[in-house]
Amino acid sequence: MSMATGAFAERGADLELVGISKRFPGFTAIESLDLTIPAGSFFALLGPSGCGKTTTLRLVAGLEEPTTGRILIGGKDVTNLKPYQRPVNTVFQSYALFPHMTVLENVAFGLRRRKLADPVGKAHEALRLVELDHLAARKPQQLSGGQQQRVALARALVNRPALLLLDEPLGALDLKLRRQMQLELKTIQEEVGLTFLHVTHDQEEAMTMADTIAVMNKGRIEQMGAPEQLYELPKTAFVANFLGQSNLFTGTVVGTTSTAISVDIAGQKIVVPVGRSHRHSGDVTIGVRPEKLSLHREAPVIDPARNVIGPAHVIDVSFSGVSTQYLIAHPSLGTIVVFAQNMAFGPVAHVGEQVWVSWDIEHGFGLADDPAENPRFAADTDTKSIAAQRHAALIAELGEA
Amino acid sequence: MAFAAFATTTGPGEELQRRRSPIALLLLLPGILYLALFFLTPLVSLVLTSLQVPSATGEPGVYDPAFKWENYVTVINDYLPHILRSFGYALIATVLALAFSYPLAYFIGVKARPWPLLQSLMLVLVIAPFFISFLLRTLAWKQLLSDESFVITTLKALSVMPPDAHFTGTPVAVIFGLTYNFIPFMTLPLYTTLERLDVRYLEAGSDLYASPLQVFRKVTIPLSMPGIVAGTLLTFIPAAGDYVNASRSFLGGSDTQMIGNVIEANFLVLENYPAAAALSIILMSVILVIVTIYIRRAGTEELL
Repeated sequence: MSMATGAFAERGADLELVGISKRFPGFTAIESLDLTIPAGSFFALLGPSGCGKTTTLRLVAGLEEPTTGRILIGGKDVTNLKPYQRPVNTVFQSYALFPHMTVLENVAFGLRRRKLADPVGKAHEALRLVELDHLAARKPQQLSGGQQQRVALARALVNRPALLLLDEPLGALDLKLRRQMQLELKTIQEEVGLTFLHVTHDQEEAMTMADTIAVMNKGRIEQMGAPEQLYELPKTAFVANFLGQSNLFTGTVVGTTSTAISVDIAGQKIVVPVGRSHRHSGDVTIGVRPEKLSLHREAPVIDPARNVIGPAHVIDVSFSGVSTQYLIAHPSLGTIVVFAQNMAFGPVAHVGEQVWVSWDIEHGFGLADDPAENPRFAADTDTKSIAAQRHAALIAELGEA
Repeated sequence: MAFAAFATTTGPGEELQRRRSPIALLLLLPGILYLALFFLTPLVSLVLTSLQVPSATGEPGVYDPAFKWENYVTVINDYLPHILRSFGYALIATVLALAFSYPLAYFIGVKARPWPLLQSLMLVLVIAPFFISFLLRTLAWKQLLSDESFVITTLKALSVMPPDAHFTGTPVAVIFGLTYNFIPFMTLPLYTTLERLDVRYLEAGSDLYASPLQVFRKVTIPLSMPGIVAGTLLTFIPAAGDYVNASRSFLGGSDTQMIGNVIEANFLVLENYPAAAALSIILMSVILVIVTIYIRRAGTEELL
């Protein structure tokens, strides 16, 4: 029989994608993807809609067939196995709970198909794990969105799959419930020790939950690593702007020491540590996170450990309680974003005021991107542009149909 | 104003009902009148007729009002084989129509989704027979399957059928005619439910270790139950009362007569109105009981 039948997986299995590509008539969803997810990890595949992350998940589940490449779970080639033969379960974005079955029967479904002993007892146990055992006799449509989401999770978890796939399972929940479920999912993953592959477009969700994040764009993985690593040292402009916000500047390397490179950006000299820059000569793009910047109302004292930009003018101030976001217009560098903690009451600088910004040179980073390709690094992945992308994708989809 | 607001809150339900009722009644009136005139009146008349006794004058076809419930016992004794045969034929025809229509409806409603033009074309083909009267179509089958027809002579030449066998006039021919005539009534409701079937449930089923056959049995069939129930009812009820296919002038013979043929004969030929009325009442009641049990057992109340 297939490897899906038989006993529960004792622990998670590792997942290996080798040279995977997926072409649909008219477009390529995934291009030569290589990915290894270690056993027992919480792995997030992060990217905007249409980047190929859901297709990747469906390939692993067996719901799509790859055009090229192989898929290995726990070292076994499953490329040619049907979904029901794979030791994988999915929490679907739509939950896809069977409307004609009770919550309990939904959860017991997989156990019954595998003819495991005591499906009802195990289903109750899984429902207790997600704290919904008291609703076992209800039909899915009688539950709230958050409850349905937990049933979907229980229905997948109860099978103890070597690999659990989560397809934006929190997308339909409101913000507060989403935060709560993020923590619960993380706790459950640590408890059961299975491998989780979580697909999401929510960078905060990915950073909160995952051990490792792979940022995906246009069918390729842009960068992979621990959340802190990706955030503090992004490799590409896409990652720098998709994972949080970044101030990016392009210039030419004018000096190199053993520890740092200095870059001339429109006449301003900015220093970046060698170890934090992917390119060390020619044209480079460097960046710094908005919260790493300090705002000064007077020209700061020259300090070799800090980069200074200024003078510039405040063009927008938005107060959000914990912090204040300042937009600063520099005559040659364009707009700079600064997040300042509200240590004092209210904003410290006002629109029109002349200011300087500075940051610790240790906080800068240099991208691996070829700057010629991206002359201006306007943040193209804020919510507005994601919405615009979705709109375009939807129109394209409708056009195809 | 404030008091007025309180006053309306004391009985909002009553207020609403009183205001709504005249319009609702007005809108219901045509339907109620129609049903009273064309359903209730004939039904009452049918019940009264079924209890009548032959006229004291002995004139044939004339009956006097009475309460002769023994009429029912008589017709059951006389026509039990016809009653059983009717429900047997209808049941077999329903099962055959379902077996034929389900794959067809599944193909049109699920598999052909990427090609809307093909879907429409196939639906038109399902409905197309309606453009010709079913009497003509059934007569055409009689011609096609008569003893001298090309089909039957070929089958006999090939020794598939024994040389002295017939097709028309046999139970097989009647069930064939019933099945053929009711296939669109089975296919269309099945199509409407299958067309709405969310394939993500099927994906979820196969993700949860169900083989294609198990997905079909555990997910597809239960989710298409409303269509199955509607289709089988639309086939079984008229098929049980059908008197065309089983008639000697069409596909039937003397030993394939169904309850519809018997009712027809009693009303129009024998002029035994009480017997015909009693048989009609029996047919109606049995169908009502069967349908009630069926819907209860199918458990599709919430899906319908």
